[in-house]
Amino acid sequence: MNLTLKVWRQKNNADKGSFNNYTLTGISEDMSFLEMLDVLNEELSEKNEDPVHFDHDCREGICGMCSLYINGKPHGPQQTTTCQLHMRSFKDGDTIVIEPWRASAFPVVKDLVVDRGAFDRIIQAGGYVSVNTGGVPDANEIPIPKRIADEAFDAATCIGCGACVAACKNASAMLFTSAKISQLAMLPQGQVERKERAEQMVAQMDAEGFGACTNTGACSAECPKGISLTNIARMNREYFSAVASSENV
Amino acid sequence: MSWVTKTFSSTLGRKLLMALTGLFLIIFLIGHVSGNMLLFKGDGGQAFNEYADFMTTNQLVKALSYLTYISIIAHVVYAIILSVVNKKARPVGYAEVKASSNSSWNSRNMGVLGTIILIFIVVHLQNFWAQMHWGSIPMVTYESGEYRDLYAVVNLAFSNIGLVILYVVAMAFLGFHLNHGFASAFQTLGLNHKKYTPAIKFIGSAFSILVPALFASMPIYIYFSSLN
Ligand code: HEM
Ligand code: SF4
Ligand code: FES
Repeated sequence: MNLTLKVWRQKNNADKGSFNNYTLTGISEDMSFLEMLDVLNEELSEKNEDPVHFDHDCREGICGMCSLYINGKPHGPQQTTTCQLHMRSFKDGDTIVIEPWRASAFPVVKDLVVDRGAFDRIIQAGGYVSVNTGGVPDANEIPIPKRIADEAFDAATCIGCGACVAACKNASAMLFTSAKISQLAMLPQGQVERKERAEQMVAQMDAEGFGACTNTGACSAECPKGISLTNIARMNREYFSAVASSENV
Repeated sequence: MSWVTKTFSSTLGRKLLMALTGLFLIIFLIGHVSGNMLLFKGDGGQAFNEYADFMTTNQLVKALSYLTYISIIAHVVYAIILSVVNKKARPVGYAEVKASSNSSWNSRNMGVLGTIILIFIVVHLQNFWAQMHWGSIPMVTYESGEYRDLYAVVNLAFSNIGLVILYVVAMAFLGFHLNHGFASAFQTLGLNHKKYTPAIKFIGSAFSILVPALFASMPIYIYFSSLN
């Protein structure tokens, strides 16, 4: 198939940036979206032009590194990661618009690469459980009902890709943060730091400059892991009860 | 910063205030629409005028009315603050956005809908509330005493087709605001449950159609009554 790509090019964070058009011919429907970009970059390299920078790592939908806002949607037309998006989702002759995630908390590093360090700092603020090291505990030493384990696991499938932020009209990180608060709040191991976690992670999320939630549901609709809005409701409960009852005045 | 100010300057604390004031305004709407149904009584306005008198003189109603003013002001102030925060969170927009594929139009335009409602509220207060408080209203006498004839003021106002259209259109926008806002407020409060959330969504949809439709029917009914 033959395609026209309209790609965001930006030298560095200080550069204003603009779109560049490229035409590609002979792209196979079976290629992944990232492989299609590899073809483009090979052509650019052969012409001694700067290749298009984009993030990727596992290319199997588990690391959350690939991003890209494709034709008006994060990760393109399918509810999946960009590495799992295939060119059969497009038609011969299509023009494909490719932009970076847009959020003040995700500054553009170069071209389509953004710095998602804000997510790491939210995790650092409380997305962990502190355990003293010692002998390896027995598996199933702490009984956890299957239903709870499943729900915590569903929240834990968040890969931190940032599509929720990219999709949200407010660039809000509530779906991500709520998944990370939920996965620990539901488990016995997460109880010790439960209140601090909710308070500190929400505070960090705000400090990074993410927007508030209007409950549009765009995040969950675009999340490659289908993280549910019930996590946001749970985060709100966790946060409100934490600020009301914690010892932090 | 104390924990209270810290909480209410967080995104979640601000949303909490949005949801609580929004829900209070929803309760206010129930009271307001129920009382105004007396316009349909066909008794020449006696019941409506007596009710209006009760509403302006009863001390408990007075306290509730101050709570309503505060709620509207707080709702608007926090709407503005949140809108500014949300705008700042994405200073550079996308060239292409397919927002309608993942969210409803009204959920993305609560600020626009709210602004139209606010303009309506100002016009509406000017039409009736200001008249009742500072205007000159003709008097009418029933067995129970002498009353200000707000019913006559309402009838006169709604013989103007322009005003009727404005009210009906404003109610449509209120409907869209509530169609998202009603269930959204519960989600914000963290009240999400397998059993109750579907019911909340259903009641929210029904409320957002029924209440604005009842409000809108009043100027329409009075306009057509004024024709003959
Ligand atoms: C009778 C009048 C009104 C009622 C009953 C009402 C009700 C509500 C409710 C229940 C919500 C949902 C809160 C949540 O998501 O947690 C809401 C949200 C909102 N309202 Fe209103 N509202 C009214 C008037 C207004 C006005 C006058 C404005 C003016 C600007 C406004 C602006 C907004 C905005 C911007 C939101 C979305 C906030 C966000 O989630 O980001 N509303 N409203
Ligand atoms: S919640 Fe979904 S969209 Fe957001 S970071 Fe996690 S996996 Fe990505
Ligand atoms: S590259 Fe790892 S999820 Fe796409």
